[in-house]
Amino acid sequence: MSARQILLAATLASIVAFPLSPAASQTLRYANQGDLKSLDPYTLKETTTIAHHGHVYDGLVARDKDLKIVPALAESWETLNPTQWRFHLRKGVKFHNGDPFTAEDVIFSAERVRAKGSNFLSNVPADAKFVKVDDYTVDVMLDSPNPILISQWDSWYIMDKKWCEQNNAVAPTPASATTPSYAALHENGTGRFIIDSHQPGVKTVYKANPNWWGKSEHNLKEIIFTPIASDATRVAALLSGEVDVIEPVPIQDIQRVNSSGTAAVQTGPELRTIFLGMDQVRDELLYSNVKGKNPFKDIRVREAFYKAIDIELIKGRVMRGLSTPSALMIAPPLFPLAKDFTRQKFDPDAAKKLLTEAGYPDGFEVTMDCPNDRYVNDAAICQAVVGMLARIGVKVDLLAQPKAQYFAKVLKPGGYQTSFYLLGWTPASSDSHNVLHDILGCRDDAKDPTRGEGNLGGYCNKKVDVLTDKILVESDTAKRDQMIKEAFQIIIDDYGYIPLHQQALAWGVSKKVKLSQRADNQVLLYWATKQE
Amino acid sequence: MLAFTLRRAIQALGVMIAVGIIAFAMFRFAGDPVNQIVSIDTAAAERAAIRKSLGLDDPVIVQFGRYFADAAQFKFGVSYQFRQPVTNLLMERMPATLELAICATIFAMVFGILMGVYSALHRDGLLAKAFQTISLIGISLPTFLIGILLIYLFSVTLGWLPSFGRGEVVRIGWWTTGLLTLSGLKALILPSITLGLFQMTLIMRLVRAEMLEVLRTDYIRFARARGLTTRAIHFGHALRNTLVPVITVAGLQFGSVIAFAIITETVFQWPGMGLLFVQAVHNVDIPIMAAYLMMVSLIFVAINFVVDILYTVVDPRLRSTVSRPA
Repeated sequence: MSARQILLAATLASIVAFPLSPAASQTLRYANQGDLKSLDPYTLKETTTIAHHGHVYDGLVARDKDLKIVPALAESWETLNPTQWRFHLRKGVKFHNGDPFTAEDVIFSAERVRAKGSNFLSNVPADAKFVKVDDYTVDVMLDSPNPILISQWDSWYIMDKKWCEQNNAVAPTPASATTPSYAALHENGTGRFIIDSHQPGVKTVYKANPNWWGKSEHNLKEIIFTPIASDATRVAALLSGEVDVIEPVPIQDIQRVNSSGTAAVQTGPELRTIFLGMDQVRDELLYSNVKGKNPFKDIRVREAFYKAIDIELIKGRVMRGLSTPSALMIAPPLFPLAKDFTRQKFDPDAAKKLLTEAGYPDGFEVTMDCPNDRYVNDAAICQAVVGMLARIGVKVDLLAQPKAQYFAKVLKPGGYQTSFYLLGWTPASSDSHNVLHDILGCRDDAKDPTRGEGNLGGYCNKKVDVLTDKILVESDTAKRDQMIKEAFQIIIDDYGYIPLHQQALAWGVSKKVKLSQRADNQVLLYWATKQE
Repeated sequence: MLAFTLRRAIQALGVMIAVGIIAFAMFRFAGDPVNQIVSIDTAAAERAAIRKSLGLDDPVIVQFGRYFADAAQFKFGVSYQFRQPVTNLLMERMPATLELAICATIFAMVFGILMGVYSALHRDGLLAKAFQTISLIGISLPTFLIGILLIYLFSVTLGWLPSFGRGEVVRIGWWTTGLLTLSGLKALILPSITLGLFQMTLIMRLVRAEMLEVLRTDYIRFARARGLTTRAIHFGHALRNTLVPVITVAGLQFGSVIAFAIITETVFQWPGMGLLFVQAVHNVDIPIMAAYLMMVSLIFVAINFVVDILYTVVDPRLRSTVSRPA
């Protein structure tokens, strides 16, 4: 062989041996405020965790960049009749350990996600029966029609039956487990990435899965995830180029990141709605100087509170422009008719008048509960509200606490111990029904005990409940949207709640990286491309 | 001697029990762990089931008994957030904290002694005054601020050193070390300075004061009169006599270096036990909090115990009064 031939052969060999596609050669380093605690996809229903799991697991369906439901492990589906859905599964899909994906895995996952210890019980309705038709077809039988059956299935990830059985991980890892679970430290999904190493709370390394069933849009060979809890350190790591993507960027640092030249902040409205609630149940407020009656039972007082709040000022000063004032208790991208609503104007004079009419010319005192480490600038928003209410004579004592103490006090297990509070809510199903049922439904419904569990103020209007029940089973989208609109209008007329705004997403992204931002704040790096 | 040791051991046990009781009392006010385990839209019935399975519904006295029985056997159960045994998590994080604490202590000792000796010998020198200024900064600035300042100077502006984490680590058995890789060593510099700065200024001031004291004593004068070289007097006689209290203080401070690593670890996202503890407090992860508090108090108690014993060994006067009951 001549030298030339050897060279040629070597070149050819190298091309054959290493199909070096420049399209998959980058390492992306990502830092988030929160941890990836457990790899078990049924343990914690929380945005950051679900997004992490979405890199290694797939659901039957997925949501695209605009949150539209698209096929994933199910190639297509149809409703044979309102209570029977048929899913056609994708063929040739393999789990990371090589096991083939079949109908058995879907049926197994449907059982596991609804077993004790799962935090995703509501993702798959309890009455849904999964029946195998053949290896690649599954029917779902329902007791009653459910037009939003699959709306939460994008975060219900499919697990491998055989792998779970072999590793004693058939049950989801419950919070009270006394032995470590295999599935909490290992994964075996069908997704775009394979977890190479996982040290909880320290570092997680993902490698691209070369055998993924779909067409990859990223050019990454590796993702290195590190949780960085300290805001200043996380921003510093982005600015010094040690990480490529961070979430979130504290809003006071946005300007600095943008002017750094190496990174920019991607912002957009989030799906979470921040709102104020008032105790309308008790005959006397727990924390107020008004004795013998509850001022919030008077609609005029609620209207006065609503009109006393200058939402534009909160947007400008507290949120530095990064919020979208909201007329509704749901974010506009989740409800097409949201455009028909406008938020009522700030009107302190009318508020003062209403308060006088209601019998409180000199206002009254009330305590406000507020978290201080849960939402963007939550305590600062509450402070602003305190100042605005002071102008109409209401003296608010602010009790801003860390979320661990705050939620222990105000949620149902704590006995709804609040008179006036700030809360944020993202409907897990991305649908209005969740808001109408969990937040705006009447509490203590004997037939439906979970109704209104997030309704800490106890607002109640039976007309809303009737509509909500109809909305659940209505399959005609146009009709359904009209009913939702009607329900929201009742709540607005009742001044049941005071919606404030949707906070903004703020992701710090290196100039080298292109990344799509989805409004549900899931950082999905499988849509990222990074240049040299 | 035996009686003394025994008495000290009983006292140490008393301290541990007290810490256990205080820690348990604190957990009652940390918030509801169930809120941190599940998402906010979790149904109340589901929450109640978790509460029950964690034993949070039992009477306080039952919970306390269970906690104490487990703590006595160093059984701390499974972390609420990570679903892993706490002992494993702590063991995994311990090398990071110990390496950081040791590096910080070495840094503090070396620079503290050098600067202290220098400023004692050249009391009015410009450099000595600069050292005094630095020591004032080290004493008065809070640790997290120093950490953030260092990050901005050396990571963001100059780009020399990493701003967070441990870099590449090498695994030797169950121990992980960052001392064997370049990135690991680089990652150690800023956190070690941040953590060690306070100790450094402390040691520097101590050395300076002791040294000035010693230099005034008679034996130094006699050494001078004998015609010994200045070097021999300063380093052979003066410094050696200065070091006894310095080593005592540094040893006692080692416990607090480990305990106060919490702040440094948070700023630098250093994957040690302190960071684990801070995250546990945020998430009301009681098993981790309990284990960490017990462990830190054990370290303190153990160091003090050893120091007490060593004192009696070193100082015969102490031993004689103890072992011969009057």
